Amino acid sequence: MGKLVKKIVRSINVDLDKCNGCRACEIACAAYHAKPRYSSFNPNRARIRMVIDAQNDEWVAVRSTNYTKAECDGRRTYTINGKKYSECSFCGMICPSRDLFKEPDSGLPLKCDMCEGEKEPLCVQICSRNALTYEEREVEVEADEQVKPDEMELGLQSLIDKYGMQKLSDAFARMSQKG
Amino acid sequence: MRYAETGYNLEVDLSRGNIEKVETDRRLTELHLGGNGTAAKIIWDRVPPEVEAFSPDNLLIFSAGLLVGTPVPGCNRTMVDTISPQTNFFSHSIFGGYFGPELKHAGYDKIVIRGKAPDLVYLWINNDKVEIRDASHLKGKGAQETAAIIKEELKDPRIQVAAIGLAGENRLFMASIEHVNASAARGVGSVMGDKRLKAIAVRGTKDLQVANPEELFKLCLKHSQDMHASPFVGDLMAIEWNDAFHHDNFAWGNARVRRKGFWTQEIEDRWKEYTLKIRDRLQGCYNCPKNCHLVVKPPGRQRYILKCFGKGTWHMAAFKEIDFTFDILALSQEYGVDSYAAPQVIAFAIELYEAGILTDKDLPDFPSDSGDRFYYLLEKLVRREGIGDVLANGVYRAARQIGKGAEEYDHNTIKKFEQVPIKLGRVNYPYYLMYCTSDKMAINQTEGSYPQDPIADPVERQKFVDEWIAAPERFKRYFMEWEPRTNPSVEASINICDWNETMHYVDDATGLCAFCSSFRGQFGGGTAYHIYNIPAFINLAAGMNIDADDLWQIARRNRNLVRAINVSRGLRRADEKPPEDHWKIREPEKEKELLDEYYKFKGWTQDGIPSKATLDKLGLGYVAEEFIRRGILTGNEDNLYTETPCYSDEKQKENMQFSALRKSSEFTLTEYLKKNK
Repeated sequence: MGKLVKKIVRSINVDLDKCNGCRACEIACAAYHAKPRYSSFNPNRARIRMVIDAQNDEWVAVRSTNYTKAECDGRRTYTINGKKYSECSFCGMICPSRDLFKEPDSGLPLKCDMCEGEKEPLCVQICSRNALTYEEREVEVEADEQVKPDEMELGLQSLIDKYGMQKLSDAFARMSQKG
Repeated sequence: MRYAETGYNLEVDLSRGNIEKVETDRRLTELHLGGNGTAAKIIWDRVPPEVEAFSPDNLLIFSAGLLVGTPVPGCNRTMVDTISPQTNFFSHSIFGGYFGPELKHAGYDKIVIRGKAPDLVYLWINNDKVEIRDASHLKGKGAQETAAIIKEELKDPRIQVAAIGLAGENRLFMASIEHVNASAARGVGSVMGDKRLKAIAVRGTKDLQVANPEELFKLCLKHSQDMHASPFVGDLMAIEWNDAFHHDNFAWGNARVRRKGFWTQEIEDRWKEYTLKIRDRLQGCYNCPKNCHLVVKPPGRQRYILKCFGKGTWHMAAFKEIDFTFDILALSQEYGVDSYAAPQVIAFAIELYEAGILTDKDLPDFPSDSGDRFYYLLEKLVRREGIGDVLANGVYRAARQIGKGAEEYDHNTIKKFEQVPIKLGRVNYPYYLMYCTSDKMAINQTEGSYPQDPIADPVERQKFVDEWIAAPERFKRYFMEWEPRTNPSVEASINICDWNETMHYVDDATGLCAFCSSFRGQFGGGTAYHIYNIPAFINLAAGMNIDADDLWQIARRNRNLVRAINVSRGLRRADEKPPEDHWKIREPEKEKELLDEYYKFKGWTQDGIPSKATLDKLGLGYVAEEFIRRGILTGNEDNLYTETPCYSDEKQKENMQFSALRKSSEFTLTEYLKKNK
């Protein structure tokens, strides 16, 4: 039994009924995470994306969560108020089965960091319709030494998956020597 | 470095199958901004007046506005410009949604299409990879059906598609180009069909640069929040339940009957209940916080997205109710017909049948119910079957092809183009000028900045003027002088027409939506974008350094260039008339004075032709030269346009706020119209 510690859980809640499909969340996210900051408004660089199927009245903002090198079986469908959603519509995994949450130039994973340091994530700030809302709550959890990987680590992981550890460490060593 | 724009056009020749990416001239952006301004320049340069709409030499140009794809909220319009088969003039069409931003991210400001494909094709733009693909399997398919098939076969749900339906394939003059939640109206679908281009599919993942990203983003974030909170912005008629305005004041049937008192509480309650039953949600365009579209699924039909006054045109033309409109729109949007012209041409045919001009021979098994007749005629129309082949050429031409007195029933067109069905009492001076002189042939693309009605109470009037951020000072004076049931002076009327049309030209170059800009001042004066704050957005995004006067001058240049294209194609004063019975009581002498003075003010000849002095001063000297060469001008015309300064002692440039919106928490359109109409 581990020690109980207090922890702030931060989450973005999505009210699908309030979404008007404007995709401003994508734009704000891409802008905030661009380097230099605000230098790009390209939705393809966003860590939150709208899954849209207008004919099915499907407008779902989904936030990238974690990277995986494998596809899941992903064949479940959910019917809500007569509208059929695929399992992928709600899934934030950065996976090989779809072209979401991948940096358009490098293909490296893009992970939501909740806009660390801002009062609210930018996607929430720009969503005047309140389809996206931000919540912080304090919970007591067992102390967990494991640190969740950040975006850079996910990027490294995806490179390892693609090229193998040996090649990557060779390249790293070579580049380190060059300074 | 190009800012806000990509600096490249995609040139596609469908006859030869040639595709080129062409760098554009930055100076043209400074002169015309973009959108329909730079499209007009291309049409002027490359489509001489001898070229007809259905010639392979006609161009069909899709332009994402200058600010489209930047964070400027409510700025997502794609302009579609070509020579219209209906008018033989420059056609004007715009659509919102997601297409324009996707095109910018693919790396293009415009798609310029020339030639004709031998067989039905579609264009697939995937960043730098562009293909003309076979579309034989899409023949006869509905517009959204086509979009769904293309996304499926190209395996990317994020592709944006603009497609024509059966109406475009069959070159109906009222054929539209349909996108997810928007359509390009006023006949451009017929040219796309003539070029045998079924659809354009775009996917773009590239970056777009803006000049001052941080400041622009922060301004836009605040402006987006302000726009959401403002009750003045958006398509208020889409979301308020009371629509007495259209139903009591606009004409029903073939623009014929006004049904004063039609709107009752009982109708409102019943229509509201029905709408809520079939409506899934309200929906918006790319990067806009407003809710102007209705996502609906009527019983037995596929789901679709409804926008604008299409919500009223069908049942008003058919003397039916809202359920009829929701149902027939599910068909008409898939076929891709304009919700303004198509209901009118059908209502026109029904009138001809009732008058005995069309008979059972023309309309075999014609149903007796007016709604059934609409479905019957819509099917004939989109297939150009029997009488549908004649009606597909629009009311003006159909009337002349049918003959036997049918011409008398063509009473709601200007320059051969169907108008919004409105029939009123006494002539309205600013509206007279807008109807006569607009090169857009559509009042809703011309009106919008100056209020439609005066405010009777002097205290309220003063308050309105005091908080009227969007208006140059002279309009405040005109408004203070304006008493109920009177016309503004000739000077005021000319300026009102000028301001209204100018703001539309600004929107059509930048890509701003008229519902948050040029169209939105007329009820309550609280538009989100106006001549004073738009330059700030342009400067931050495009790296320009312009003020309100410069912006007005660019709009004036674009207005004159479009005018010049039409003049070169024969447009003259004789064509500048309102629909003949638009007003019961006319004032011929005053009307002549209005037109005389308007032309003088615009720096045009008394035949409506921009003078050499005007063209030269606008940097359009090449147009003047061509006019002299063609004998349209002698070169001695020295009538220069009147300067209209935006700044004054009361309104100094230094004091202008970046993102000024009128403040109000109380406004609803329903209450406003009840009080002022």
